[in-house]
Amino acid sequence: MKPFTYERAASVEAAAKAAASVQGARFIAGGTNLLDLMKLQVETPAHLVDVNHLGLDRIEKTEEGGLRIGALVRNTDLAADQTVRRDYAVLSRALVAGASGQLRNKATTGGNLLQRTRCPYFYDTRMPCNKRKPGSGCGAMQGMSRSLAILGVSDACIAQHPSDMAVAMRLLDAQVDMVGADGAKRSVPIADFHLLPGDTPDRETVLKAGEMITSVTLPKPIGGAHVYRKVRDRASYAFALVSVAAIFGEDGTARFAFGGIGAKPWRVAAADAAAKQGAKAVAEAALAGARTTHHNEFKRPLVERTLASLYRQQEARA
Amino acid sequence: MKFDTPAGINPIDKGRVVGIPHDRIDGAAKVTGTAPYAYERHDAAPNAAYGWIVGSAIATGRIAAMDLRAAESAPGVIGIVTHANAGKLGKGNMNTAPLLGGPQIDHYEQALALVIADTFENARAAAALVRIDYAAEDGKFDLAAERLNGVIPPEGFGGPADTKAGDFDTAFARAAVKVEQTYTTPDQSHAMMEPHATIAAWNGDKLTLWTSNQMIAWSVGEMAKTLGISKDNVRLVSPYIGGGFGAKLFLRADALLAALGAKQVGRPVKVAIARPQIPNNTTHRPATIQRIRLGADKDGVIDAIAHEVWSGDLPGGGAETAAQQTRLLYRGANRMTAHRLVTLNLPEGNAMRAPGEAVGLLALEVAMDELAEASGVDPVELRIRNDVQYDPEAGPQRPFSSRKLVECLRAGADRFGWAKRNPKPGQVRDGRWLVGMGMASAFRNNLVGKSGARIGVDTKGRIIVETDMTDIGTGSYTIIGQTAAEMLGVDLDQVTVRLGDSRFPVSAGSGGQWGANSSTAGVYAAAMALRAKLAEKAGYPADKAQFDDGLVKFGNQSQTLGALAGGEGIWAEDSMDYGDLDKRYAQATFGAHFCEVGVDMDTAEVRIRRMGGAFAAGRILNPKSARSQVIGAMTMGVGAALMEALDVDTRFGFFVNHDMAEYLVPVHADIPHQDVLFVDELDDKSSPMKAKGVGELGICGAGAAVANAIYNATGIRLRDYPLTIDKLLKAQAA
Repeated sequence: MKPFTYERAASVEAAAKAAASVQGARFIAGGTNLLDLMKLQVETPAHLVDVNHLGLDRIEKTEEGGLRIGALVRNTDLAADQTVRRDYAVLSRALVAGASGQLRNKATTGGNLLQRTRCPYFYDTRMPCNKRKPGSGCGAMQGMSRSLAILGVSDACIAQHPSDMAVAMRLLDAQVDMVGADGAKRSVPIADFHLLPGDTPDRETVLKAGEMITSVTLPKPIGGAHVYRKVRDRASYAFALVSVAAIFGEDGTARFAFGGIGAKPWRVAAADAAAKQGAKAVAEAALAGARTTHHNEFKRPLVERTLASLYRQQEARA
Repeated sequence: MKFDTPAGINPIDKGRVVGIPHDRIDGAAKVTGTAPYAYERHDAAPNAAYGWIVGSAIATGRIAAMDLRAAESAPGVIGIVTHANAGKLGKGNMNTAPLLGGPQIDHYEQALALVIADTFENARAAAALVRIDYAAEDGKFDLAAERLNGVIPPEGFGGPADTKAGDFDTAFARAAVKVEQTYTTPDQSHAMMEPHATIAAWNGDKLTLWTSNQMIAWSVGEMAKTLGISKDNVRLVSPYIGGGFGAKLFLRADALLAALGAKQVGRPVKVAIARPQIPNNTTHRPATIQRIRLGADKDGVIDAIAHEVWSGDLPGGGAETAAQQTRLLYRGANRMTAHRLVTLNLPEGNAMRAPGEAVGLLALEVAMDELAEASGVDPVELRIRNDVQYDPEAGPQRPFSSRKLVECLRAGADRFGWAKRNPKPGQVRDGRWLVGMGMASAFRNNLVGKSGARIGVDTKGRIIVETDMTDIGTGSYTIIGQTAAEMLGVDLDQVTVRLGDSRFPVSAGSGGQWGANSSTAGVYAAAMALRAKLAEKAGYPADKAQFDDGLVKFGNQSQTLGALAGGEGIWAEDSMDYGDLDKRYAQATFGAHFCEVGVDMDTAEVRIRRMGGAFAAGRILNPKSARSQVIGAMTMGVGAALMEALDVDTRFGFFVNHDMAEYLVPVHADIPHQDVLFVDELDDKSSPMKAKGVGELGICGAGAAVANAIYNATGIRLRDYPLTIDKLLKAQAA
C-alpha cells in the first residue's frame, strides 16, 4: 500500500470537488474491494475521499413509482429491504448470492457497481495486464482464463465483471445517478454506465474525474417471477462461472441478464425476444459474438444449461 | 523407555480419562482470542520492527541488478536483507531451494529481500520500491510434458521408489477382468488459516524465534545449519499454531528472514508470509499422474495390481509417494509400484496432509470402483474380498499389527444405508438432482517416532507436563493432559500442559499423523518415571503402588501427591523409543468412506448430500477431538474432489490463483452432516497407548468416495481432479 492522504467529505458536492482536485483520488465507501487492491498496489490512489457519512444510505420511493437506492446503502440492508424483497426480488436474490455476510455488511450499492475484475493477472502486479497497466499486454488470454469473460471482450482484455448485484440492476433497467465536480447531476442507464474494454480496458465506466454515484434508481416494478441463479465451483462465497437473472411474465415473455460471462453485466434484447422459444434460443441470442478460450469455452453450454434449469423450474411452478 | 514388545495391561487401560470425550483444554483461550499466536507476541518481544518479503517475479534465472536506493530512503525503513548482505548461509536438509534466493533464482516468489521498517505499512510500501532486474532463463513447468523424463527419486518417508512381488505382467495378461486407467491430481495448497509468521530476537549470540511450526527440534537444527551457528543458541517457541497441514513442518522464509533482519537492525523483527505469497513462496502438494492396472478373476479377486506415479519437484526435491497404500491395502500375489520424479521449476513440492495416500487413494479407490463395475461385484463386497491380513508384498510373515478394514466397511455401510444404493448409474432423481452414492476404503500408514516429555507434580498435587510437542489445532494439549491425568490418577483439570518450546524435551512433533500416539507415549514414559520416584519417596514398592484420586496408595496406606512433592516438587523426564515392532508388523489405520451426492441435471453442479465413515485407528484417545480431526479431513477430501487446484501457468512458471478468493476450499455450505463411527480397536504393537494416528486417515479415500458417488449419480467417470463443472459438461457432451 502506498501512503495516501484521506479526508472525510462534508457533503456530496464537496466530495466530488475534492476528488476532482487531487490527481488519482478515489472515493472510499465500504472499501471491500478498493482496500484489497491498494494493499497489492493494483490501485495506488494518492488521496481517499470518504463518502460514508453523507446521508446517501436511504431507500425511498420515487414519484414515478420506482425506487431510489442511495449509493451508500449496504448490500445487506438492500437485500433485506421489504420493498426490494417484494417488488424487485431478483435484486435481493442476486445480492445474497454474492460475497459473504461480513462483506455484504460493508459493501455498498455504488461501490458494488465499481467492483473490479477478479482476473488473477490483474491481481498480480508482476504479470502483464492491460487493465492495470495499459500497454503491458494480457496475461490471461494465453494463460489461465477459466473464470474470465466470453462476451464484450477485446484483443486487449478478457476480464469479467464479477458483480451479482449489477446483473440484477441491469435486468431491472436501473439508472445510475451521479453528481460531477461542478455540481452537475446526470443519470445514465446502467446499460451505458459500464464500458466495454476495447483498446482501453483501464476505463471501466462513464464516470468522469471526481464524478460520484449518488444513487441507483429502479423503475416501477414490473411484477413477474424473479429468479437469480448463480452457478459456481462451491456452494457459497465464490464468483459466478455463469449467473442468470431473469423475470418470467405470466404471458410467456421473459427478460434475462447474465453475470460471469461478460466484460460488463450482460443483457441483449434479442435474448429477451427469444424467451418464448426456450432456453436454447435465448442462449443462442445471448451468446452472439461470444469469444472463448480453451479454458472458458464451457461457459457457452453452461449458459444454455442454466437457462434450461430456470425454464424447467418455471414449468414446474406453472 | 523402549517399546519393543507388545504392550500388556497398563495404567492407560483404566480408561478413566483417556478415551473419554473431552473439550479442548485450550479451547476457551482460543475462542476468546487470548491464546497468542506467533505474530502477536508483543509481550515477549516488544519494539519489534516489521519485515516484508520481496518475492521473485520470475521462476528461473538470476538477479542481474538490484537497486535498493528508493526503498532504503523510503519513510521508516531501517534495513533491507538481501543475499548480498546476509552473509554466507547454509541450507536446511529439508529445504529444497534456499529460503533466501539470489543471485540464482529457483522459483517464482522465492524471497529475494526483506524490507524492514518501523511499521507494517512502511515496510510493505517500501518493499514495492525494491527494483530488481532479472536475467530470466527457461524453465520446465509442465508435468505431463516432462513425464517421460522421470527418474527414480530418493527414498523418503514413503519407503523405496519401486517395489514388486510375483510377476505382475504375466498375471495381468491372463486376468479375466482388467482395469487400466490413468488419473491425475493437481498441485494443492495447504491453505491453513494462520499464515507462516515469526518474531525473531537476538540476545548476543542467542536467537529466539516465536514462530508457527509443527516440528520444533527439526527447525532448531535447520535454523542452526542455515545460519551456521550452534543449535544451543537457537530457541523456538510455538505454543499455538493456526493450522499447518504440513506447510509448517519445515523452517520457512518467515523465520530465516526474521532472524537475519533482527540481526541486521539490532532489534526484534516480525515477518509473516502474506496470503497471496504463500502458494508460490512456500511448499505445496505436488501434482501427480497415476497409472493403475488391476487384474482380477471374474469374482473381482485381485491377482495383479500395479500403481505407477509421476510427480515433479525442483532439482534435489522428492516425489509424491502416491503408490504407498497400494503396497498394503489389497491382496494380489503379483504386484508392482513405481514412482518417477521429473524436474520442474515450480515452487517446492512437499508434504501436505497425508502425503502419498491422500492423492494415491483418489486414484486407487476410483480404479476399485471401476473394477467393481467391471466384475459386477458390489464395491463394499469387492473390498472385503480383497482384504489381506498381512503385508501383501512381504507375505504372511509380516502380519498387520491390527487391521479392521472389513469391520469398518461393514459397519460403515450399515450405518450409511449402502444397501439402498442402486448400482446402475444415473437412475435416482430428486427434483433437479441426480443422486448417487459412492464409497471408498480409507488407509493411512501408522508411523511412530521417538518422543520425550518432562512431567512434575507440585506441592498442591498439580501435574505439569512439558514437551516440545505442538498442537496445530489437532487437540494435542488435551490428549497429553488426559494421558498425564490417567497415569497419575488425577482429573484433567489438575494438569497443566506446556507445549511447543525447544527448551522442553524433544517430541515426535506434529506430522504424518504420528503426533498423537507418539507424543502421548512419550508422556507415558515420563509418567512411569515419575510414578517410580513418587513411590520411592512414599516408601512403597514401585510395581505395587496405585495412583488414584490424587493419592499414591499401597495396601491400606496412602499419601497425597502434593505432600510427596513437597515444596520443591518432583520431576521426571523420559522418552519413548521404539524397537522393531513396526518392521515385524505392518502398522496402518483403516476406514471406509461413504458419500451421497446430488448433481444438477442441467448445470452439473455437485453438492454433497451426506457423508459417513467408519474408522479403526487403535485406541481413540479423545473421541471428541478425534472426530473433529476426521470430519476436518473428510472436508479436505471434498475439497480435493471438487475444487482444490493450483493452476499452473506454464509460460511464466507459477501458480496463478494464489489467494483464497481464487484457490477454493470448501465452505460451510458445501459440507452437510458428516457421520463418524470409530470401530473399537486396541493396537498393542503400536505403543503403550495402544493408539494409532487418526489425524490424516479421514482425508484418505474421502475424495474418491465423492468421485464414485458422482459416477453413480450420472454415469460420468472423471479421472482428472478436481471434478469441476467444466469437466462434467465436457464429458456429458462427449
